[in-house]
Amino acid sequence: MEAGTDGPFGSLHVRRRLRCRLRVVHAGPSSPRARSPRVMVTAESDRALRDPLPAIGVGPVPAIHLEGVRFAFRGSGRQTEVLAGLDLDVAPRSIVALVGPNGCGKSTLLRVIAGLLPASTGMVEVEGRPLIGPDSRVGLVFQEPRLLPWRSASANVAFPLEIAGRDRVTRERRAAELLGLVGLREWGRARPAELSGGMRQRVAIARALALEPAVLLLDEPFSALDSLTRERFNVEFLRLWERIGATIVVVTHSIAEAVFLADRVLVLSPRPARLVADVAVDLPRPRRPGDLDAAGVTRTAAEIRAHLEGATDDAFAVATGDVPSHRQPSEAVE
Amino acid sequence: MIRDRVVPPLLALAAFLAAWQLLVFAGNYPTFILPGPLVVGQRFVAAWADGTMEPHVAMTLAEIGIGFAGGALAGMLAGYVLARSSLANRVASPYLVAAQAVPILALAPLMALWFGSGLLAHALIVALIVFFPVAISTVVAVHGVDRRLLEMARSYRVTRSQRLRLVELPAALPGILGGLRIGVTLAVVGAIVAEWTGGDTGLGVLINLARGSLFDIPLLFATLLTIALIGVALYSIVLLVERHYAVPPA
Repeated sequence: MEAGTDGPFGSLHVRRRLRCRLRVVHAGPSSPRARSPRVMVTAESDRALRDPLPAIGVGPVPAIHLEGVRFAFRGSGRQTEVLAGLDLDVAPRSIVALVGPNGCGKSTLLRVIAGLLPASTGMVEVEGRPLIGPDSRVGLVFQEPRLLPWRSASANVAFPLEIAGRDRVTRERRAAELLGLVGLREWGRARPAELSGGMRQRVAIARALALEPAVLLLDEPFSALDSLTRERFNVEFLRLWERIGATIVVVTHSIAEAVFLADRVLVLSPRPARLVADVAVDLPRPRRPGDLDAAGVTRTAAEIRAHLEGATDDAFAVATGDVPSHRQPSEAVE
Repeated sequence: MIRDRVVPPLLALAAFLAAWQLLVFAGNYPTFILPGPLVVGQRFVAAWADGTMEPHVAMTLAEIGIGFAGGALAGMLAGYVLARSSLANRVASPYLVAAQAVPILALAPLMALWFGSGLLAHALIVALIVFFPVAISTVVAVHGVDRRLLEMARSYRVTRSQRLRLVELPAALPGILGGLRIGVTLAVVGAIVAEWTGGDTGLGVLINLARGSLFDIPLLFATLLTIALIGVALYSIVLLVERHYAVPPA
Protein backbone atom coordinates (compact mmCIF):
# COMPACT_ATOMS: atom_id res chain seq x y z
CA MET A 1 0.00 0.00 0.00
CA GLU A 2 1.99 2.90 -1.29
CA ALA A 3 1.07 6.33 -0.13
CA GLY A 4 -0.70 8.42 -2.70
CA THR A 5 1.08 11.55 -3.80
CA ASP A 6 -1.57 13.52 -1.95
CA GLY A 7 -1.26 11.43 1.22
CA PRO A 8 0.60 12.69 4.25
CA PHE A 9 3.31 10.12 3.74
CA GLY A 10 4.10 11.61 0.39
CA SER A 11 3.88 15.14 1.60
CA LEU A 12 6.01 14.30 4.60
CA HIS A 13 8.79 13.36 2.26
CA VAL A 14 8.33 16.68 0.57
CA ARG A 15 8.27 18.28 3.97
CA ARG A 16 11.58 16.78 4.93
CA ARG A 17 13.19 17.90 1.75
CA LEU A 18 11.75 21.36 2.18
CA ARG A 19 13.07 21.64 5.66
CA CYS A 20 16.56 20.93 4.42
CA ARG A 21 16.17 23.53 1.75
CA LEU A 22 14.87 26.11 4.18
CA ARG A 23 17.75 25.47 6.51
CA VAL A 24 20.15 26.22 3.71
CA VAL A 25 18.22 29.37 2.95
CA HIS A 26 18.39 30.49 6.56
CA ALA A 27 22.09 29.87 6.73
CA GLY A 28 22.88 31.90 3.64
CA PRO A 29 22.11 35.51 2.87
CA SER A 30 18.42 36.21 2.45
CA SER A 31 17.28 35.08 -0.94
CA PRO A 32 14.13 35.71 -2.93
CA ARG A 33 13.89 31.92 -3.29
CA ALA A 34 12.80 31.60 0.32
CA ARG A 35 9.66 33.52 -0.47
CA SER A 36 8.88 31.57 -3.59
CA PRO A 37 5.15 30.78 -3.64
CA ARG A 38 5.60 27.01 -3.67
CA VAL A 39 7.62 26.95 -0.51
CA MET A 40 5.25 29.35 1.19
CA VAL A 41 2.17 27.30 0.38
CA THR A 42 3.68 24.08 1.61
CA ALA A 43 5.09 25.66 4.70
CA GLU A 44 1.80 27.30 5.55
CA SER A 45 -0.14 24.09 5.22
CA ASP A 46 2.43 22.36 7.30
CA ARG A 47 1.93 22.71 11.01
CA ALA A 48 4.99 20.66 11.85
CA LEU A 49 7.19 22.97 9.88
CA ARG A 50 5.73 26.15 11.30
CA ASP A 51 6.16 25.13 14.90
CA PRO A 52 8.34 22.05 15.14
CA LEU A 53 8.41 22.31 18.94
CA PRO A 54 5.28 22.52 21.09
CA ALA A 55 4.71 25.75 22.95
CA ILE A 56 6.50 25.96 26.29
CA GLY A 57 4.26 25.74 29.32
CA VAL A 58 1.63 23.52 27.74
CA GLY A 59 2.96 20.48 29.60
CA PRO A 60 5.23 17.56 28.79
CA VAL A 61 5.51 16.48 25.19
CA PRO A 62 3.25 13.45 24.71
CA ALA A 63 5.10 10.27 23.83
CA ILE A 64 2.57 9.64 21.08
CA HIS A 65 0.47 12.28 19.42
CA LEU A 66 -2.14 11.40 16.81
CA GLU A 67 -4.02 14.11 15.02
CA GLY A 68 -6.92 13.26 12.71
CA VAL A 69 -5.31 9.97 11.75
CA ARG A 70 -7.37 8.29 9.08
CA PHE A 71 -6.41 5.13 7.25
CA ALA A 72 -8.11 3.79 4.14
CA PHE A 73 -7.04 1.39 1.46
CA ARG A 74 -8.31 0.95 -2.06
CA GLY A 75 -9.39 -2.60 -2.76
CA SER A 76 -11.26 -3.71 -5.90
CA GLY A 77 -11.94 -0.10 -6.86
CA ARG A 78 -13.58 0.73 -3.55
CA GLN A 79 -12.14 2.76 -0.70
CA THR A 80 -12.28 0.88 2.58
CA GLU A 81 -11.90 3.05 5.60
CA VAL A 82 -10.23 1.34 8.54
CA LEU A 83 -9.41 4.25 10.83
CA ALA A 84 -11.78 7.20 10.86
CA GLY A 85 -9.93 10.22 12.13
CA LEU A 86 -8.34 9.41 15.47
CA ASP A 87 -6.98 12.01 17.87
CA LEU A 88 -4.90 10.77 20.74
CA ASP A 89 -2.19 11.85 23.16
CA VAL A 90 -0.34 9.28 25.20
CA ALA A 91 1.65 10.51 28.20
CA PRO A 92 5.29 9.39 28.48
CA ARG A 93 5.88 6.22 30.49
CA SER A 94 2.22 5.34 30.65
CA ILE A 95 0.49 2.19 29.50
CA VAL A 96 -2.50 2.42 27.21
CA ALA A 97 -4.58 -0.59 26.26
CA LEU A 98 -6.60 -0.72 23.06
CA VAL A 99 -9.71 -2.87 23.07
CA GLY A 100 -12.31 -3.25 20.38
CA PRO A 101 -14.22 -5.81 18.35
CA ASN A 102 -12.43 -8.20 16.02
CA GLY A 103 -11.20 -6.62 12.82
CA CYS A 104 -11.94 -3.09 13.97
CA GLY A 105 -8.51 -1.83 13.02
CA LYS A 106 -6.54 -2.08 16.25
CA SER A 107 -3.64 -3.77 14.51
CA THR A 108 -3.81 -1.22 11.71
CA LEU A 109 -3.63 1.60 14.22
CA LEU A 110 -0.59 -0.03 15.81
CA ARG A 111 1.10 -0.33 12.41
CA VAL A 112 0.42 3.33 11.71
CA ILE A 113 2.03 4.29 15.02
CA ALA A 114 4.94 1.96 14.19
CA GLY A 115 5.38 3.70 10.84
CA LEU A 116 4.74 0.47 8.93
CA LEU A 117 1.60 1.90 7.35
CA PRO A 118 1.33 5.53 6.29
CA ALA A 119 -1.75 7.34 7.61
CA SER A 120 -3.97 8.37 4.70
CA THR A 121 -4.51 11.75 6.32
CA GLY A 122 -3.56 13.26 9.65
CA MET A 123 -0.27 13.07 11.44
CA VAL A 124 1.64 10.92 13.89
CA GLU A 125 4.22 12.36 16.24
CA VAL A 126 6.50 10.48 18.59
CA GLU A 127 8.11 12.53 21.32
CA GLY A 128 7.06 15.69 19.53
CA ARG A 129 8.68 14.82 16.22
CA PRO A 130 6.78 13.56 13.17
CA LEU A 131 7.04 9.91 12.26
CA ILE A 132 8.09 9.10 8.71
CA GLY A 133 8.13 5.36 8.22
CA PRO A 134 9.59 2.78 10.60
CA ASP A 135 11.58 4.44 13.35
CA SER A 136 13.98 3.35 16.06
CA ARG A 137 11.98 5.41 18.56
CA VAL A 138 9.18 2.87 18.24
CA GLY A 139 9.44 -0.87 18.90
CA LEU A 140 6.74 -3.26 17.75
CA VAL A 141 5.96 -6.71 19.16
CA PHE A 142 3.75 -8.73 16.83
CA GLN A 143 1.08 -11.20 17.74
CA GLU A 144 3.44 -14.03 16.78
CA PRO A 145 7.10 -13.98 17.81
CA ARG A 146 8.32 -13.72 14.20
CA LEU A 147 11.79 -14.95 15.06
CA LEU A 148 14.23 -15.95 12.34
CA PRO A 149 14.26 -19.74 12.77
CA TRP A 150 17.86 -20.15 11.61
CA ARG A 151 19.20 -17.74 14.22
CA SER A 152 19.85 -18.37 17.89
CA ALA A 153 17.77 -16.46 20.44
CA SER A 154 20.72 -14.15 21.03
CA ALA A 155 21.21 -13.47 17.31
CA ASN A 156 17.49 -12.80 16.97
CA VAL A 157 17.65 -10.20 19.71
CA ALA A 158 20.71 -8.69 18.04
CA PHE A 159 18.97 -8.51 14.65
CA PRO A 160 17.85 -4.84 14.92
CA LEU A 161 21.35 -3.90 16.13
CA GLU A 162 22.90 -5.66 13.17
CA ILE A 163 20.62 -3.76 10.81
CA ALA A 164 21.51 -0.53 12.57
CA GLY A 165 25.17 -1.30 11.93
CA ARG A 166 26.40 -1.87 15.48
CA ASP A 167 29.60 -3.87 15.85
CA ARG A 168 29.63 -7.49 16.96
CA VAL A 169 30.88 -6.86 20.49
CA THR A 170 28.16 -4.30 21.18
CA ARG A 171 25.55 -6.59 19.68
CA GLU A 172 26.51 -9.58 21.76
CA ARG A 173 26.74 -7.61 24.98
CA ARG A 174 23.40 -5.91 24.42
CA ALA A 175 21.68 -9.16 23.40
CA ALA A 176 22.88 -10.86 26.58
CA GLU A 177 21.66 -7.89 28.61
CA LEU A 178 18.22 -7.95 26.98
CA LEU A 179 17.85 -11.71 27.31
CA GLY A 180 18.62 -11.31 31.00
CA LEU A 181 15.96 -8.63 31.22
CA VAL A 182 13.30 -11.03 29.93
CA GLY A 183 14.57 -13.90 32.08
CA LEU A 184 16.26 -15.92 29.34
CA ARG A 185 19.88 -15.37 30.27
CA GLU A 186 20.70 -19.06 29.85
CA TRP A 187 18.94 -19.45 26.51
CA GLY A 188 21.00 -17.25 24.19
CA ARG A 189 22.32 -20.14 22.12
CA ALA A 190 18.98 -21.90 21.70
CA ARG A 191 17.21 -21.88 18.35
CA PRO A 192 13.57 -20.70 18.34
CA ALA A 193 12.41 -24.29 17.69
CA GLU A 194 13.94 -25.29 21.02
CA LEU A 195 12.00 -22.64 22.94
CA SER A 196 8.44 -22.72 24.23
CA GLY A 197 5.86 -20.34 22.81
CA GLY A 198 6.14 -18.07 25.83
CA MET A 199 9.93 -17.99 25.65
CA ARG A 200 9.80 -17.11 21.97
CA GLN A 201 7.52 -14.19 22.67
CA ARG A 202 9.91 -13.01 25.38
CA VAL A 203 12.74 -13.14 22.86
CA ALA A 204 10.55 -11.06 20.54
CA ILE A 205 10.03 -8.49 23.30
CA ALA A 206 13.76 -8.37 23.97
CA ARG A 207 14.35 -7.82 20.25
CA ALA A 208 11.83 -4.96 20.17
CA LEU A 209 13.75 -3.32 23.03
CA ALA A 210 17.13 -3.67 21.33
CA LEU A 211 17.23 -0.12 19.95
CA GLU A 212 15.91 1.34 23.24
CA PRO A 213 12.64 2.63 21.83
CA ALA A 214 10.75 5.29 23.75
CA VAL A 215 7.50 3.67 22.67
CA LEU A 216 6.78 -0.04 22.73
CA LEU A 217 3.75 -1.30 20.83
CA LEU A 218 2.37 -4.77 21.45
CA ASP A 219 -0.22 -6.47 19.25
CA GLU A 220 -1.99 -9.07 21.40
CA PRO A 221 1.41 -10.29 22.52
CA PHE A 222 0.28 -13.07 24.84
CA SER A 223 -2.81 -14.24 22.99
CA ALA A 224 -1.23 -17.57 22.04
CA LEU A 225 -0.47 -18.47 25.66
CA ASP A 226 -2.72 -20.38 28.02
CA SER A 227 -4.51 -18.19 30.54
CA LEU A 228 -2.34 -19.02 33.58
CA THR A 229 0.91 -18.41 31.71
CA ARG A 230 -0.60 -15.30 30.27
CA GLU A 231 -1.38 -13.93 33.70
CA ARG A 232 2.15 -14.61 34.89
CA PHE A 233 3.46 -12.90 31.78
CA ASN A 234 1.38 -9.83 32.47
CA VAL A 235 2.83 -9.52 35.98
CA GLU A 236 6.33 -10.01 34.62
CA PHE A 237 5.68 -7.56 31.87
CA LEU A 238 4.72 -4.82 34.32
CA ARG A 239 7.95 -5.46 36.23
CA LEU A 240 9.88 -5.16 32.97
CA TRP A 241 8.07 -1.93 32.13
CA GLU A 242 9.05 -0.45 35.48
CA ARG A 243 12.68 -1.12 34.63
CA ILE A 244 12.70 0.18 31.07
CA GLY A 245 10.28 3.06 31.54
CA ALA A 246 8.97 3.05 27.99
CA THR A 247 5.57 4.22 26.87
CA ILE A 248 3.42 1.21 26.07
CA VAL A 249 0.46 0.71 23.79
CA VAL A 250 -0.95 -2.78 23.98
CA VAL A 251 -3.76 -4.25 21.91
CA THR A 252 -5.75 -6.92 23.70
CA HIS A 253 -9.00 -8.81 23.47
CA SER A 254 -9.19 -9.30 27.20
CA ILE A 255 -10.80 -6.59 29.31
CA ALA A 256 -9.21 -8.05 32.42
CA GLU A 257 -5.78 -7.89 30.83
CA ALA A 258 -6.40 -4.33 29.67
CA VAL A 259 -7.45 -3.20 33.16
CA PHE A 260 -4.60 -5.05 34.84
CA LEU A 261 -1.91 -3.55 32.61
CA ALA A 262 -3.07 -0.11 31.62
CA ASP A 263 -3.42 3.40 32.99
CA ARG A 264 -6.00 4.07 30.32
CA VAL A 265 -8.17 1.75 28.32
CA LEU A 266 -9.27 3.02 24.92
CA VAL A 267 -12.35 1.40 23.44
CA LEU A 268 -12.57 1.42 19.65
CA SER A 269 -15.72 1.08 17.56
CA PRO A 270 -16.15 -1.49 14.77
CA ARG A 271 -14.61 -0.54 11.46
CA PRO A 272 -14.02 2.23 10.61
CA ALA A 273 -12.50 2.57 14.05
CA ARG A 274 -13.10 5.65 16.12
CA LEU A 275 -12.59 6.26 19.79
CA VAL A 276 -15.72 5.23 21.72
CA ALA A 277 -14.44 5.62 25.25
CA ASP A 278 -11.32 6.54 27.15
CA VAL A 279 -11.52 4.85 30.55
CA ALA A 280 -8.96 5.65 33.24
CA VAL A 281 -7.89 2.73 35.43
CA ASP A 282 -7.58 3.81 39.02
CA LEU A 283 -5.45 1.06 40.42
CA PRO A 284 -2.19 1.72 42.28
CA ARG A 285 1.11 0.29 41.07
CA PRO A 286 2.82 -2.07 41.49
CA ARG A 287 -0.12 -4.25 40.65
CA ARG A 288 -0.69 -7.83 41.64
CA PRO A 289 -3.00 -10.44 40.14
CA GLY A 290 -5.20 -10.30 43.24
CA ASP A 291 -5.87 -6.60 42.63
CA LEU A 292 -8.35 -7.55 39.98
CA ASP A 293 -10.83 -8.54 42.66
CA ALA A 294 -11.07 -5.01 44.01
CA ALA A 295 -14.54 -3.52 43.65
CA GLY A 296 -13.25 -0.51 41.75
CA VAL A 297 -11.60 -2.69 39.17
CA THR A 298 -14.75 -4.68 38.63
CA ARG A 299 -16.61 -1.44 38.08
CA THR A 300 -13.99 -0.24 35.58
CA ALA A 301 -14.18 -3.55 33.72
CA ALA A 302 -17.96 -3.35 33.66
CA GLU A 303 -17.77 0.15 32.25
CA ILE A 304 -15.44 -0.95 29.47
CA ARG A 305 -17.65 -3.91 28.73
CA ALA A 306 -20.68 -1.66 28.50
CA HIS A 307 -18.89 0.44 25.89
CA LEU A 308 -17.89 -2.66 23.99
CA GLU A 309 -21.40 -4.06 24.03
CA GLY A 310 -22.30 -1.40 21.57
CA ALA A 311 -19.97 -3.25 19.24
CA THR A 312 -20.32 -6.77 17.87
CA ASP A 313 -21.54 -9.85 19.74
CA ASP A 314 -18.21 -11.41 19.02
CA ALA A 315 -16.33 -8.90 21.11
CA PHE A 316 -18.91 -9.24 23.85
CA ALA A 317 -18.44 -13.00 24.03
CA VAL A 318 -14.68 -12.67 24.20
CA ALA A 319 -14.93 -9.99 26.83
CA THR A 320 -17.28 -11.80 29.20
CA GLY A 321 -15.49 -15.07 28.66
CA ASP A 322 -12.22 -13.60 29.78
CA VAL A 323 -13.08 -11.85 32.96
CA PRO A 324 -14.05 -14.80 35.23
CA SER A 325 -10.82 -16.67 34.47
CA HIS A 326 -8.92 -13.90 36.16
CA ARG A 327 -11.04 -14.12 39.28
CA GLN A 328 -10.41 -17.67 40.27
CA PRO A 329 -9.70 -17.93 43.99
CA SER A 330 -6.33 -19.62 43.49
CA GLU A 331 -5.02 -16.56 41.70
CA ALA A 332 -6.21 -14.18 44.37
CA VAL A 333 -3.41 -15.49 46.56
CA GLU A 334 -0.59 -13.18 45.60
CA MET B 1 22.93 -48.93 13.51
CA ILE B 2 25.58 -48.43 10.85
CA ARG B 3 25.39 -52.11 9.94
CA ASP B 4 21.68 -51.80 9.16
CA ARG B 5 22.39 -48.86 6.89
CA VAL B 6 25.30 -50.39 5.04
CA VAL B 7 24.45 -54.09 4.72
CA PRO B 8 21.17 -53.93 2.73
CA PRO B 9 22.57 -51.69 -0.05
CA LEU B 10 25.66 -53.89 -0.30
CA LEU B 11 23.49 -57.01 -0.56
CA ALA B 12 21.42 -55.34 -3.27
CA LEU B 13 24.59 -54.44 -5.19
CA ALA B 14 25.88 -58.00 -4.92
CA ALA B 15 22.54 -59.36 -6.15
CA PHE B 16 22.58 -56.93 -9.07
CA LEU B 17 26.11 -57.91 -10.10
CA ALA B 18 25.30 -61.60 -9.74
CA ALA B 19 22.20 -61.26 -11.92
CA TRP B 20 24.23 -59.37 -14.50
CA GLN B 21 26.94 -62.03 -14.59
CA LEU B 22 24.27 -64.75 -14.73
CA LEU B 23 22.59 -63.04 -17.67
CA VAL B 24 25.89 -62.91 -19.56
CA PHE B 25 26.54 -66.61 -18.89
CA ALA B 26 23.00 -67.75 -19.67
CA GLY B 27 22.71 -65.74 -22.87
CA ASN B 28 26.30 -66.46 -23.79
CA TYR B 29 26.61 -62.88 -25.06
CA PRO B 30 29.92 -61.87 -26.62
CA THR B 31 31.87 -59.18 -24.79
CA PHE B 32 31.19 -56.57 -27.50
CA ILE B 33 27.44 -56.86 -26.85
CA LEU B 34 27.24 -57.22 -23.08
CA PRO B 35 30.44 -57.59 -21.07
CA GLY B 36 30.12 -59.12 -17.61
CA PRO B 37 30.66 -57.09 -14.48
CA LEU B 38 34.02 -58.69 -13.89
CA VAL B 39 35.29 -57.68 -17.33
CA VAL B 40 33.93 -54.16 -16.88
CA GLY B 41 35.52 -53.93 -13.44
CA GLN B 42 38.90 -55.01 -14.82
CA ARG B 43 38.65 -52.53 -17.69
CA PHE B 44 37.61 -49.77 -15.26
CA VAL B 45 40.69 -50.37 -13.12
CA ALA B 46 42.94 -50.69 -16.17
CA ALA B 47 41.63 -47.49 -17.76
CA TRP B 48 42.37 -45.57 -14.59
CA ALA B 49 45.74 -47.27 -14.12
CA ASP B 50 47.06 -46.61 -17.64
CA GLY B 51 45.87 -42.99 -17.66
CA THR B 52 43.15 -43.41 -20.31
CA MET B 53 40.40 -42.14 -18.05
CA GLU B 54 42.04 -39.25 -16.26
CA PRO B 55 42.19 -36.47 -18.90
CA HIS B 56 38.60 -37.17 -19.92
CA VAL B 57 37.38 -37.10 -16.33
CA ALA B 58 39.29 -33.89 -15.68
CA MET B 59 37.75 -32.23 -18.74
CA THR B 60 34.21 -33.30 -17.91
CA LEU B 61 34.59 -32.22 -14.29
CA ALA B 62 35.90 -28.83 -15.41
CA GLU B 63 32.93 -28.37 -17.73
CA ILE B 64 30.54 -29.37 -14.96
CA GLY B 65 32.27 -27.15 -12.42
CA ILE B 66 32.32 -24.00 -14.54
CA GLY B 67 28.93 -24.62 -16.12
CA PHE B 68 27.20 -25.51 -12.88
CA ALA B 69 28.63 -22.52 -11.03
CA GLY B 70 27.68 -20.12 -13.83
CA GLY B 71 24.24 -21.62 -14.47
CA ALA B 72 23.35 -21.87 -10.78
CA LEU B 73 24.47 -18.31 -10.08
CA ALA B 74 22.56 -16.94 -13.06
CA GLY B 75 19.55 -19.07 -12.12
CA MET B 76 19.47 -17.77 -8.56
CA LEU B 77 19.87 -14.19 -9.72
CA ALA B 78 17.14 -14.50 -12.36
CA GLY B 79 14.90 -16.37 -9.91
CA TYR B 80 15.21 -13.62 -7.33
CA VAL B 81 14.47 -10.87 -9.83
CA LEU B 82 11.50 -12.80 -11.23
CA ALA B 83 10.14 -13.39 -7.73
CA ARG B 84 10.48 -9.79 -6.61
CA SER B 85 9.55 -7.91 -9.79
CA SER B 86 6.18 -8.65 -11.31
CA LEU B 87 7.21 -6.72 -14.42
CA ALA B 88 10.27 -8.90 -15.00
CA ASN B 89 8.10 -11.92 -14.36
CA ARG B 90 5.54 -10.91 -16.95
CA VAL B 91 8.15 -9.96 -19.56
CA ALA B 92 10.62 -12.81 -19.16
CA SER B 93 8.63 -15.83 -18.01
CA PRO B 94 7.24 -16.88 -21.41
CA TYR B 95 10.70 -16.87 -23.00
CA LEU B 96 12.13 -18.78 -20.09
CA VAL B 97 9.54 -21.52 -20.40
CA ALA B 98 9.86 -21.59 -24.18
CA ALA B 99 13.64 -21.88 -23.93
CA GLN B 100 13.27 -24.73 -21.51
CA ALA B 101 10.77 -26.51 -23.76
CA VAL B 102 13.45 -26.83 -26.47
CA PRO B 103 15.46 -29.96 -25.59
CA ILE B 104 19.11 -29.30 -24.87
CA LEU B 105 19.96 -32.14 -27.27
CA ALA B 106 18.59 -30.01 -30.13
CA LEU B 107 20.32 -26.90 -28.86
CA ALA B 108 23.76 -28.46 -28.44
CA PRO B 109 24.71 -28.58 -32.14
CA LEU B 110 23.77 -24.91 -32.48
CA MET B 111 25.98 -24.05 -29.52
CA ALA B 112 28.80 -26.03 -31.13
CA LEU B 113 28.29 -24.05 -34.33
CA TRP B 114 28.42 -20.72 -32.52
CA PHE B 115 30.94 -21.32 -29.78
CA GLY B 116 33.03 -24.22 -31.05
CA SER B 117 33.66 -27.37 -29.09
CA GLY B 118 36.06 -26.31 -26.36
CA LEU B 119 35.72 -26.21 -22.61
CA LEU B 120 33.79 -22.94 -22.54
CA ALA B 121 31.27 -24.00 -25.19
CA HIS B 122 30.56 -27.18 -23.25
CA ALA B 123 30.37 -25.31 -19.96
CA LEU B 124 27.83 -23.00 -21.57
CA ILE B 125 25.56 -25.94 -22.40
CA VAL B 126 25.92 -27.20 -18.84
CA ALA B 127 25.03 -23.73 -17.57
CA LEU B 128 21.94 -23.63 -19.79
CA ILE B 129 20.66 -26.94 -18.54
CA VAL B 130 21.33 -26.03 -14.89
CA PHE B 131 19.81 -22.57 -15.15
CA PHE B 132 16.13 -23.48 -15.40
CA PRO B 133 15.57 -25.75 -12.38
CA VAL B 134 17.62 -23.43 -10.20
CA ALA B 135 15.74 -20.35 -11.41
CA ILE B 136 12.33 -21.96 -10.87
CA SER B 137 13.14 -23.31 -7.43
CA THR B 138 14.52 -19.89 -6.46
CA VAL B 139 11.30 -18.18 -7.59
CA VAL B 140 9.23 -20.61 -5.55
CA ALA B 141 11.51 -20.36 -2.53
CA VAL B 142 11.60 -16.56 -2.53
CA HIS B 143 7.82 -16.39 -2.94
CA GLY B 144 7.57 -18.73 0.01
CA VAL B 145 9.52 -16.48 2.37
CA ASP B 146 7.22 -15.65 5.28
CA ARG B 147 5.83 -12.16 4.66
CA ARG B 148 5.50 -11.66 8.39
CA LEU B 149 9.27 -11.99 8.74
CA LEU B 150 9.71 -9.41 6.00
CA GLU B 151 7.37 -7.03 7.81
CA MET B 152 9.28 -7.60 11.02
CA ALA B 153 12.53 -6.75 9.24
CA ARG B 154 10.92 -3.68 7.70
CA SER B 155 9.96 -2.41 11.14
CA TYR B 156 13.71 -2.20 11.86
CA ARG B 157 14.33 -0.21 8.68
CA VAL B 158 16.10 -2.99 6.84
CA THR B 159 17.81 -1.95 3.61
CA ARG B 160 17.28 -3.88 0.39
CA SER B 161 20.63 -5.65 0.57
CA GLN B 162 20.24 -6.40 4.28
CA ARG B 163 16.83 -7.88 3.60
CA LEU B 164 18.32 -10.12 0.93
CA ARG B 165 21.35 -11.14 2.97
CA LEU B 166 19.81 -11.51 6.42
CA VAL B 167 16.24 -12.64 5.72
CA GLU B 168 15.41 -13.71 2.19
CA LEU B 169 18.51 -15.72 1.34
CA PRO B 170 18.61 -17.80 4.53
CA ALA B 171 14.84 -18.31 4.44
CA ALA B 172 14.87 -19.38 0.79
CA LEU B 173 18.04 -21.49 1.05
CA PRO B 174 16.39 -24.91 1.57
CA GLY B 175 14.27 -24.43 -1.56
CA ILE B 176 17.20 -23.14 -3.60
CA LEU B 177 19.33 -26.10 -2.52
CA GLY B 178 16.57 -28.42 -3.73
CA GLY B 179 16.92 -26.82 -7.16
CA LEU B 180 20.70 -27.17 -7.02
CA ARG B 181 20.29 -30.87 -6.30
CA ILE B 182 18.29 -31.32 -9.51
CA GLY B 183 20.69 -28.99 -11.32
CA VAL B 184 23.83 -30.90 -10.42
CA THR B 185 22.57 -34.19 -11.87
CA LEU B 186 21.42 -32.37 -14.99
CA ALA B 187 24.87 -30.78 -15.21
CA VAL B 188 26.40 -34.22 -15.77
CA VAL B 189 23.88 -34.93 -18.53
CA GLY B 190 24.61 -31.53 -20.08
CA ALA B 191 28.36 -32.14 -20.13
CA ILE B 192 28.06 -35.55 -21.80
CA VAL B 193 25.56 -34.25 -24.38
CA ALA B 194 27.82 -31.28 -25.12
CA GLU B 195 30.81 -33.55 -25.63
CA TRP B 196 28.86 -35.75 -28.02
CA THR B 197 28.38 -32.84 -30.35
CA GLY B 198 32.10 -32.21 -30.65
CA GLY B 199 35.38 -31.93 -28.84
CA ASP B 200 38.41 -34.12 -28.36
CA THR B 201 38.42 -34.72 -24.62
CA GLY B 202 35.73 -35.61 -22.11
CA LEU B 203 33.81 -38.65 -20.98
CA GLY B 204 31.22 -38.12 -23.73
CA VAL B 205 34.02 -38.21 -26.28
CA LEU B 206 35.43 -41.34 -24.67
CA ILE B 207 32.04 -43.05 -25.02
CA ASN B 208 32.05 -42.25 -28.72
CA LEU B 209 35.62 -43.47 -29.09
CA ALA B 210 34.98 -46.70 -27.21
CA ARG B 211 31.92 -47.44 -29.28
CA GLY B 212 33.45 -46.31 -32.58
CA SER B 213 37.10 -46.30 -33.56
CA LEU B 214 38.39 -48.21 -30.52
CA PHE B 215 35.46 -50.63 -30.45
CA ASP B 216 36.19 -51.34 -26.79
CA ILE B 217 32.78 -52.08 -25.29
CA PRO B 218 34.13 -52.86 -21.79
CA LEU B 219 35.71 -49.39 -21.87
CA LEU B 220 32.31 -47.96 -22.84
CA PHE B 221 30.80 -49.59 -19.77
CA ALA B 222 33.70 -48.45 -17.59
CA THR B 223 33.08 -44.90 -18.81
CA LEU B 224 29.38 -45.15 -17.98
CA LEU B 225 30.34 -46.36 -14.52
CA THR B 226 32.64 -43.37 -14.10
CA ILE B 227 29.90 -40.98 -15.16
CA ALA B 228 27.46 -42.56 -12.72
CA LEU B 229 29.99 -42.28 -9.90
CA ILE B 230 30.57 -38.59 -10.70
CA GLY B 231 26.81 -37.97 -10.58
CA VAL B 232 26.43 -39.72 -7.24
CA ALA B 233 29.42 -37.89 -5.78
CA LEU B 234 28.20 -34.44 -6.86
CA TYR B 235 24.68 -35.17 -5.64
CA SER B 236 26.06 -36.27 -2.27
CA ILE B 237 28.05 -33.05 -1.96
CA VAL B 238 24.92 -30.92 -2.48
CA LEU B 239 23.07 -33.16 -0.02
CA LEU B 240 25.81 -32.61 2.57
CA VAL B 241 25.59 -28.84 2.09
CA GLU B 242 21.83 -29.10 2.48
CA ARG B 243 22.17 -31.03 5.74
CA HIS B 244 24.60 -28.45 7.01
CA TYR B 245 22.10 -25.65 6.48
CA ALA B 246 19.01 -27.57 7.53
CA VAL B 247 17.05 -25.63 10.14
CA PRO B 248 14.29 -27.14 12.23
CA PRO B 249 11.04 -25.35 11.47
CA ALA B 250 9.99 -22.82 14.08
